Amino acid sequence: MFYREAGDFKTSYVDDSQTFPIAFDRWRYYVVLAFAFLVVPFIINDYWANAVVVPFLIYAIAAIGLNILTGYCGQVSLGTGGFMAVGAYACYKLMTAFPDISIVIHIILAGGVTAAVGVMFGLPSLRIKGFYLAVATLAAQFFLIWLFNRVGWFYNYSASGQINAPEREVFGVLVTGPNTAAWAQYMICLVFVVACAVVARNLTRGTQGRKWMAIRDMDIAAEIIGVNPLRAKLSAFAVSSFFIGISGALFFAVYLGAVEVGEAFGIQKSFLVLFMIIIGGLGSIFGSFAGAAFLVILPVVLKIVGADWLGWPTDLVAHFNLVIVGALIIFFLIKEPHGLAQLWRLAKEKLRLWPFPY
Amino acid sequence: MGDQFLFAIEVMINGLMAGVLYALVALGFVLIFKASGIFNYAQGVMALFAALTLVGIMEGQVPFSHLINAIFGTKIHHFGWEVPAILAILLTMMIMVFFAWAVNHFVMRHLVNQEPIILFMATIGLAYFLEGVGDLMWGSEIKTLDVGLPQGGSFWIEDMTAGLGSDNFFGFFIDKLDMVATVIAAILVVGLVVFAQYTKQGRAMRAVADDHQAALSVGISLNYIWVLVWSLAGFVALVAGIMWGAKSGVQFSLSLIALKALPVLMLGGFTSIPGAIVGGLIIGVGEKIFEFTVGAAIGGATENWFAYMLALLFLVFRPQGLFGEKIIERV
Repeated sequence: MFYREAGDFKTSYVDDSQTFPIAFDRWRYYVVLAFAFLVVPFIINDYWANAVVVPFLIYAIAAIGLNILTGYCGQVSLGTGGFMAVGAYACYKLMTAFPDISIVIHIILAGGVTAAVGVMFGLPSLRIKGFYLAVATLAAQFFLIWLFNRVGWFYNYSASGQINAPEREVFGVLVTGPNTAAWAQYMICLVFVVACAVVARNLTRGTQGRKWMAIRDMDIAAEIIGVNPLRAKLSAFAVSSFFIGISGALFFAVYLGAVEVGEAFGIQKSFLVLFMIIIGGLGSIFGSFAGAAFLVILPVVLKIVGADWLGWPTDLVAHFNLVIVGALIIFFLIKEPHGLAQLWRLAKEKLRLWPFPY
Repeated sequence: MGDQFLFAIEVMINGLMAGVLYALVALGFVLIFKASGIFNYAQGVMALFAALTLVGIMEGQVPFSHLINAIFGTKIHHFGWEVPAILAILLTMMIMVFFAWAVNHFVMRHLVNQEPIILFMATIGLAYFLEGVGDLMWGSEIKTLDVGLPQGGSFWIEDMTAGLGSDNFFGFFIDKLDMVATVIAAILVVGLVVFAQYTKQGRAMRAVADDHQAALSVGISLNYIWVLVWSLAGFVALVAGIMWGAKSGVQFSLSLIALKALPVLMLGGFTSIPGAIVGGLIIGVGEKIFEFTVGAAIGGATENWFAYMLALLFLVFRPQGLFGEKIIERV
């Protein structure tokens, strides 16, 4: 009834090409943003921040990154965990080497470092495709984890081999270290998420995004119509790794605080983020959020239902989690290969005509 | 002969043995890939599941006992009997055949004509599902698998070769289990090749691998062939599961050998059974030698990534692998 473009006249090209052409859509996003910025920080508590909200935000960035590479450019990567580790360790080295510079700059620089590493491991993508490339990115995953585990310089030769985030402030508010308030953690992640989402959204609907999608749909044909595959693929690797690096840096510095590389950034993490974008929707920014939310909340809900209500042992619940996630992946690939985002799109189409569908 | 040289040979032989085990897993991948174009990531988890089931049946565990106990508050865990190894292996094989049917019926049939990468991701989902089911059925603690295979180093070979070097060389240390695995892998490969070349089903399998539609049009049932192929892969997984399970216990890390099999396939080519064997040997020897010569100097445990890096470098120069068919693309 209210969700439609009738009566919403565009009088300039700028109006016509805006991100959310339907007024209701636009306002809904503003409301969500306002709620996230103005309401949530005042009501958030430690449990919610640690169990749901902060991991959701951080995984959302990683999922956006991987979605750019896999969903938009069609290059499957199983190296997400390794690239997140690069972001985390780059951030750690920067934080300890230049303690006077703001952490925000460190996190962005960590993204830059990860982008460089990503381009390096993206080079083989020019020769190899499909799951051959997926295996090549596994090389990145295992090599990087090994590197951070074995070479002392990366963890400043600490005895435990762990890295610990020192305390840093932004505008006088503590954002890293064990004494951080829940709302401060939340706010810094939120700022990065919003910035990343806006950048990603605009990149993917512009020239660059179209080049990526051309490469994804058929790379030889794309090359013939004038897309440079070298640039398109490597830029996808760079942008994707940049986002993943930022999420890795946040994951380490803001969320966990102390990281053991094999545990925090192992191969499981790569699969987790891949599952997020499959369930959420390949080639959709909204899908990245939906998938991240789904896979962050699912274990929490299962734990509450299984362990707290039914009183089952936690390992049993964890196994159920595996079964459900696996079954869902298959279900989505069969029934709705475009994931939750496509369901949402269908719902919107229906809503536009509701209540008079003819 | 110098001791260093002898040590290097010993490392190499052990590498060959490890390579055989990698090849055993890679074989399962090749079978499915050839017949249906599906890259089956779940192969490693299938090996884990098969080994878990085998142990569970042999020890007479009650399947899903943890779940049943949690729901009904009972305390069952064992039937109280023990099943002989041969019978247990047969029963496990039946379960793997059932699994093959279920995979085809509930998953792969609905994904015909999808892009390979979608199928690949579906098998990742399958891997998670199967791992969860395996844990739910038999519990996730580390189990020991003993089907009566010989264990430990072979003294005979040690005694025979001790005379080659100087006094502080004690002969080659070679695990008996590895030797058994090598023999079994060789039998398996010969068996599979014979099956593919000389039986009716084998011919049908190769026809399907060549061209799905042409195979359909001469009256070959795709469903039947796919169930057959997944059953064969289940069988190979069972053998690999027994070998690895006997070597290092039945535990989650067993499923990670699937990841090790990937570079093996890259090297050998996805479509070639001999390629899987040769690739496995190259990776096995390569990573042992690299660890022996360079690894210690740069921090050790290079086995984790060496295989992937080797495959990565290799792919850049020869994308289809050593024995793979040339990749031709048309617009």
